[in-house]
Amino acid sequence: MKLNDRAEEILETLWVHTKEKKEGHVDLGVSRGEPAIDELLNSGYIRMVNERVTFTEKGSKEGEKIVRRHRLAERLFADILDVKKKDVHAVSCQFEHLLHEGIEDNICVLLGHPKFCPHGTPIPPGECCRKFEKKAGKIVSPLSALEKKDKGKIAYIHTKDPKKLQKLLAMGALPGMSITIIQKFPSYVFQIGHSQFAVDKEMAEDIYVRIER
Amino acid sequence: MRQGMDKRFGGYCDPLEIALEQIEGLLSRDYGISKEAIALLLMQDDSEINDLVKKREPEAFEKISGLIIKTKESYNQPLSYIINLRRQEEANRIVSRAVTLPEKQRPRFLEKLGLILMNPFFGGPILLFVLYFGLYEFVGKFGAGVLVNFLENVVFGKFINPFMIKLFDRILPWRVIHELFAGEYGIFTLGIRYAVAIIFPIVATFFIAFSIIEDTGYLPRLALLIDRLFKKIGLTGRAVIPMVLGFGCATMATMVTRTLPTKRERVIATLLLALAVPCSAQLGVIFALLEGHPKGLAVWILVLIAVFLFTGFLASRILPGERPTFYMEVPPLRLPQLSNILIKTYTRVKWYFLEIFPMFILASIMIWVGQITRLFDLLVWLLSYPVRLIGLPDKAAVPFLFGFFRRDYGAAGLYDMKKAGLLNGAQLVVATVTLTLFLPCIAQFLITIKERGIKTGIAISLFVFLFSFSIGFLVNWMLVSFGISI
Repeated sequence: MKLNDRAEEILETLWVHTKEKKEGHVDLGVSRGEPAIDELLNSGYIRMVNERVTFTEKGSKEGEKIVRRHRLAERLFADILDVKKKDVHAVSCQFEHLLHEGIEDNICVLLGHPKFCPHGTPIPPGECCRKFEKKAGKIVSPLSALEKKDKGKIAYIHTKDPKKLQKLLAMGALPGMSITIIQKFPSYVFQIGHSQFAVDKEMAEDIYVRIER
Repeated sequence: MRQGMDKRFGGYCDPLEIALEQIEGLLSRDYGISKEAIALLLMQDDSEINDLVKKREPEAFEKISGLIIKTKESYNQPLSYIINLRRQEEANRIVSRAVTLPEKQRPRFLEKLGLILMNPFFGGPILLFVLYFGLYEFVGKFGAGVLVNFLENVVFGKFINPFMIKLFDRILPWRVIHELFAGEYGIFTLGIRYAVAIIFPIVATFFIAFSIIEDTGYLPRLALLIDRLFKKIGLTGRAVIPMVLGFGCATMATMVTRTLPTKRERVIATLLLALAVPCSAQLGVIFALLEGHPKGLAVWILVLIAVFLFTGFLASRILPGERPTFYMEVPPLRLPQLSNILIKTYTRVKWYFLEIFPMFILASIMIWVGQITRLFDLLVWLLSYPVRLIGLPDKAAVPFLFGFFRRDYGAAGLYDMKKAGLLNGAQLVVATVTLTLFLPCIAQFLITIKERGIKTGIAISLFVFLFSFSIGFLVNWMLVSFGISI
């Protein structure tokens, strides 16, 4: 059964709030009496306990899938269709509802099973990603997993450490820059523009590269 | 920067652009640079500009802080990242319109050589090659051998010293004062002779070798090769520069540890420099001491490497702090230019001399004071106990004490003992190992305290004192109990 857009939005918000950020239960608040809530309750996606909304098993899975669709849509717009960052979220909000099961995995394959959305939050992996993990040769992968002489463009930087980020910025390791791997051992040596840099494994793991063959 | 924030890319709906405009509006003072630049720096959390604006216009600063916090909420990444990203976009746009690149040429000889220098298989042999020719042949044999011989034995031994002794015999006949200037440890006969005849040629040849190595671009390549090993001892490849400099002058290298990014790295590097890295002055005399004892030289090298790695490993386990990260630009290989090398060597030797020369005079005076007050006799007597413990004759306590005033004074004292036939092969090895590890010279001791603070400085020195004799004891015990003759 296909949920309506509003119901999907609610599941999405609820999933991010309770599962990803782990901020506990959600008070119903202004959504009380909305038909979408009733629909979710009746189809067994959510439960109401003392005016608080919690997931059922089925609802949690569905929520994760919607979040995945939203973030995949964001990557699609940002990377392939070149929509500017500030518009990405809004467009994706509408687009995610058009992505049905099956199509979402096709897009995931097209994008090379990305791990993070353009804003840096993780994309929940789907079945296709798990299968793909086993096969070698990712399209977007951390610099540490690349081979000597691999070429590509930096897809994104992912680090939680602002000091490390600052160092990477200082080297000019920014999304969109062409990068070539010169050496992997004992340190990672790569070329960006006309400069060569050496980094250790920890830093190489934070640079995600879209490989061009 | 306004061009960098091109309206087409976001225009006025862009939270960053809106905040930038508002912050500019709030700033009313003149800072000597454009308000936009100030606003951008504020958004990137530049601490200096933050403090400046906070001081000059506290009211506006409060509002601005609020605005920045709000802007940060619109992005998942730090604002500095977003701003850099846009700069890059704009730079790429300009470059793509203005620059055309020639077809890629075949890699030239220097590029190929650069790759070989980074190769882990060739790296080791190349390092040995550089150390052998740069350090052993050029600094050790030519600098510390040929040049020192000429300056010390001919220039000072035949001309300056006899002249000074005669001169002071005539103008300062009082024995005590005479000793200060022209005695066995006098300012002219020892202090200046050491500075000019021994330290100058060794340090000058070392700086020439170092400048050549530095200018080729070899050091960053060595750093990336050695990073994994240095991580085990709590350092990164970056520390290779102070460590290599330590072979020239550990005092100067201790100053250079400033360039290491974390306090933990600085403490570990300072400790290792104080303990296990012999300076060029010492190296020269030690090579001379162990000449004719190739096995002894091998034991000395192995023990030092083991102590270096073991101490570093232990320190990295004990000292708190986060794991360091390594990143470094690898410049293209270049042929060094003679004029650059000469200028660099000249300024370094000059700087070094201005710093160190007074220390020599001071050391001479302190030895003189120590001798006439009999304080040295007491210290030598105290030191003779640990010296006996490591299997050396009592007389070896003298070079150990003098070793503190200049590490190479000590080694030179041992050299005299060797010539007098007072030391056998095993004793020579134990003595050189212990003296190399022993407390740094007084200059390095003072710099260590200045750079790391009095508590850490004293702690490092105490550790080095105890540890050097423990290792000496251990080496002596092993040589004796396994009956190894050297």
